[in-house]
Amino acid sequence: MATYSTNQFKNGLKIILDNDPCSITENIVVKPGKGQAFNRVKMKNLKTGRVLERTFKSTESVEAADVDEMNVEYLYTDGEYWHFMEPTSFEQYAADEIAVGDTAKWIKGQEVCVMILWNGSPISITPPNFVELAVAQTDPGLKGDTAQGTTKPATLETGSEVKVPLFVDEGDILKIDTRTGEYVSRA
Amino acid sequence: MNDEDWRSNARHEMLLERALLLKNIRAFFDVRGVVEVETPLLSHHSTTDPHLDSLSTSFRDETCYLNTSPEYAMKRLLAGWQQPIYQICKAFRDDELGPNHNPEFSMLEWYRPGYSMEQLMDELAELVKTVCQGSQSSLLNSASHKNPVFERLSYQQAFERFAGLNPHKTSSAQCYQIAKANAVEIPQGLSVDDEVDDWLDWLLTQLVLPAFEKGGFTFLYDYPKSQCALAKIGLNDTAVGPPVLVAKRFELFFGEIELANGFHELSDAKEQLQRFEAENQSREQAGKELGCIDNNFIAALSSGLPDCSGVAMGLDRLLMVLADAKYIDQVLAFSWSRA
Repeated sequence: MATYSTNQFKNGLKIILDNDPCSITENIVVKPGKGQAFNRVKMKNLKTGRVLERTFKSTESVEAADVDEMNVEYLYTDGEYWHFMEPTSFEQYAADEIAVGDTAKWIKGQEVCVMILWNGSPISITPPNFVELAVAQTDPGLKGDTAQGTTKPATLETGSEVKVPLFVDEGDILKIDTRTGEYVSRA
Repeated sequence: MNDEDWRSNARHEMLLERALLLKNIRAFFDVRGVVEVETPLLSHHSTTDPHLDSLSTSFRDETCYLNTSPEYAMKRLLAGWQQPIYQICKAFRDDELGPNHNPEFSMLEWYRPGYSMEQLMDELAELVKTVCQGSQSSLLNSASHKNPVFERLSYQQAFERFAGLNPHKTSSAQCYQIAKANAVEIPQGLSVDDEVDDWLDWLLTQLVLPAFEKGGFTFLYDYPKSQCALAKIGLNDTAVGPPVLVAKRFELFFGEIELANGFHELSDAKEQLQRFEAENQSREQAGKELGCIDNNFIAALSSGLPDCSGVAMGLDRLLMVLADAKYIDQVLAFSWSRA
């Protein structure tokens, strides 16, 4: 089992904490003067995306996480798994519902996503920051209603719902920011 | 690396403030007859302190080390020369990086033959007051800098007041209970099987230091015997607590940030060597490389070190205080990431 000591901690290092793989985002030495040092470490849980903070006694060792990150192209879903392909090796990966998470709301095919693999299996899929999707259904906007900030719901071709301005019609292609889930513009 | 990395971390005002600080320190010691000295930064020896790690390099085929402080060399000078001395130099420590840490930092260290720990604390307070009043930043902003306040707390007073324990009589188990009771996070790797000093260090950062006056200076003195480092063991300040043997050691803090560490210096060569060997044992248990003991330093103590007190202060941190900087990077021309 590979381990890292606190003196090897740096941003981006992948470790196992509470049985989940985490990526270190900040590592600060806490020391009262002379005496025992401690490391206050911020990290992101790579499965849930949650940020956590933990303190370690210096020289403490933690288990290394065998984590890879790669760009993959989304192919299709069979309902149970979402299938992705690494474009240079053509190797395919199947990600389950937990790994895909909310990303499923934003991808329809051919998007380049960031996939994190832990021990060879996908644990997280991040969609591109912006995607372009067609409106499948929305009610017609009321003519003459020009009040600023007024929106209506629209269902996209992937099934997800976003708030859009009143002028948006069915069939329009919209640019969506996947980080906020918000409408950006008509594409 | 990015396009702006060639630039200094510090604003020009900060570089001027640093120059002024150095000038004021030298003036302070000059009028007091304390002589500036220089000792090697690069040495054949490394530290044995289990909580410090020397950086190493090589000369020809020999591994040699950058000093973690100029302490041994300065005491070697003192042993043959009863002269108050000071030094402003760089010190280097492995694995120290953070808002208050840079692997290479500036240190002021001075020694006063014939001074007790209390006398040296007085002089340190005088020096800090002088540089506060002489700094440009203090003229611009903080009124507290013009007339700084210094509180003095014995280690026992501070722990009794802010952590509810007597540090000279406590155990790891009691510290653990107190941490739990105060909702203090227990660091991964710290257990009741660890030394009580590890726990005291942790509670110091979590309960004691946060209770110190935010905009003021605090001396913490009379440390537990087990944290003696290179300090003499002696009777505590009995004005503030029942008699107990303590390390005649002090630290100076501004708010929570540590600025200086001083000792009534241990002069017993045999005891010093035993402490070094014990420290090396701790290093071995922690799986660390053993320190390379400076036998010249031990020999100097054998030949006779005058009764003296000495203190080392981090000048980058002092500059942070003077200029109200949150991060050490702000006061360094080039911090580690740009060095």
